Amino acid sequence: MDKTLPDLATAVAGIRDGMTVMIGGFGGSGAPIELIHALIDRFLATGHPKDLTVVNNNAGNGHVGLAALIEAGMVAKLICSFPRSADPVVFTERYLAGQIELELVPQGTLAERIRAGGAGIPAFYTPTSYGTDLAKGKPVATFDGKPYVQERWLKADVALVKAHLGDRLGNLTYRMAARNFNPLMCMAATTTIVQVTRILPAGDIDPEAVITPGIFVQGIVEIASPAQEETLNRAGARHPQVSA
Amino acid sequence: MTTKLSPAQMAWRAAQDIADGAYVNLGIGFPELVARFQPPGREAIFHTENGILGFGAAPAPGDEDWDLINAGKKAVTLKPGTAFFHHADSFAMVRGGHLDVAILGAYEVAENGDLANWSTGPKGVPAVGGAMDLVHGAKRVAVMTDHVTKDGKPKLLHRCTLPLTGVGCVTRIYSSHAVIDIADGHFVLREKLPSLTLDALQSMTGATLHLDGPVTDLAVPDL
Repeated sequence: MDKTLPDLATAVAGIRDGMTVMIGGFGGSGAPIELIHALIDRFLATGHPKDLTVVNNNAGNGHVGLAALIEAGMVAKLICSFPRSADPVVFTERYLAGQIELELVPQGTLAERIRAGGAGIPAFYTPTSYGTDLAKGKPVATFDGKPYVQERWLKADVALVKAHLGDRLGNLTYRMAARNFNPLMCMAATTTIVQVTRILPAGDIDPEAVITPGIFVQGIVEIASPAQEETLNRAGARHPQVSA
Repeated sequence: MTTKLSPAQMAWRAAQDIADGAYVNLGIGFPELVARFQPPGREAIFHTENGILGFGAAPAPGDEDWDLINAGKKAVTLKPGTAFFHHADSFAMVRGGHLDVAILGAYEVAENGDLANWSTGPKGVPAVGGAMDLVHGAKRVAVMTDHVTKDGKPKLLHRCTLPLTGVGCVTRIYSSHAVIDIADGHFVLREKLPSLTLDALQSMTGATLHLDGPVTDLAVPDL
């Protein structure tokens, strides 16, 4: 078994129009910038994929990563908890113009819906959002005298994930708070594609340190020096780069 | 004479109520300041939604590691004993009742404990983040807020007018002018700025301030 992929173009080749794509990260930490940019490059070359439903905690920042994916016009719908950032101009303009659909989900509910999707639990009850606009239309039930809102699992065709170390079997570790949604999204997608800083020989990751077991991963590509969204934005970067 | 606490002074006051050993989540914005004012001899462990327990203060400019940020996307630092975890575990800590205190910002708070802090109405982009989870998870949910809006209207109301974050969830308000508890559907005044009369405070408040025991002077620390 070897889940190693030769390059970024191969990694994103299977994503088709209309798919639901989970993209890991919380703001820029844990965001798979290179995988996202490879997907944009494919769209610019072929016109596909488009009409994507994207699941992420946020809505992108500046003009790189998820913001660039939205700016390229590839995203029909965004499922997220916090579509604001330091520089949210791309999403904000498209949303206020009615060009992108937004499903706003409380952050813990988003995480649990993704976890449930990966764990085969079609629905669950949470106290979160009870009595608010975000619970409208959802079944409510009382347990031990308290009201809870029913929420459904969230699954995806593809997850694009950033991890730190990996091996050919797909075992993964993460770096600090870049873990966030990434391990959950690995579980909830039919095809999980991961960029890692280093692919090690099987056995070189201490089994005690594995955060995502390889069963949840279908493809892994090595990006030795991954870009950081915050650093790119401070440098005023855009993707694709605007030629002078 | 102080007519209004600064955000740092409000944060200092809120920090006095955090016990040694407490697990605490601080909302984005002014509540983040609370971490700066831990009373000597007490150790609180701060939780952030994006998967860190026990993080430290902001690093020096230039020393940021953008994989080490808080829920406000600001750089933080490691402390001995820091733990990382994924988002589902993070919100298990929240909803599962494992946090002792959450301190949130507010657009409006009502005397029945309702909180509105995520949407200013149909215009603009709504953003909820972790607030709706936090108000149902922490053992104690407090709010830190200016007593009135920028144009002088009360933020402490009989009932919220903006979309709710949570129902009946807030039990204490640290405002720029007072400390107020919420009990049995009422605002109960505990502390107020010494320069302020009860009538003046009431006129800035959108529901009746009840008295239950002495009203003490709100401390104005020199920070």
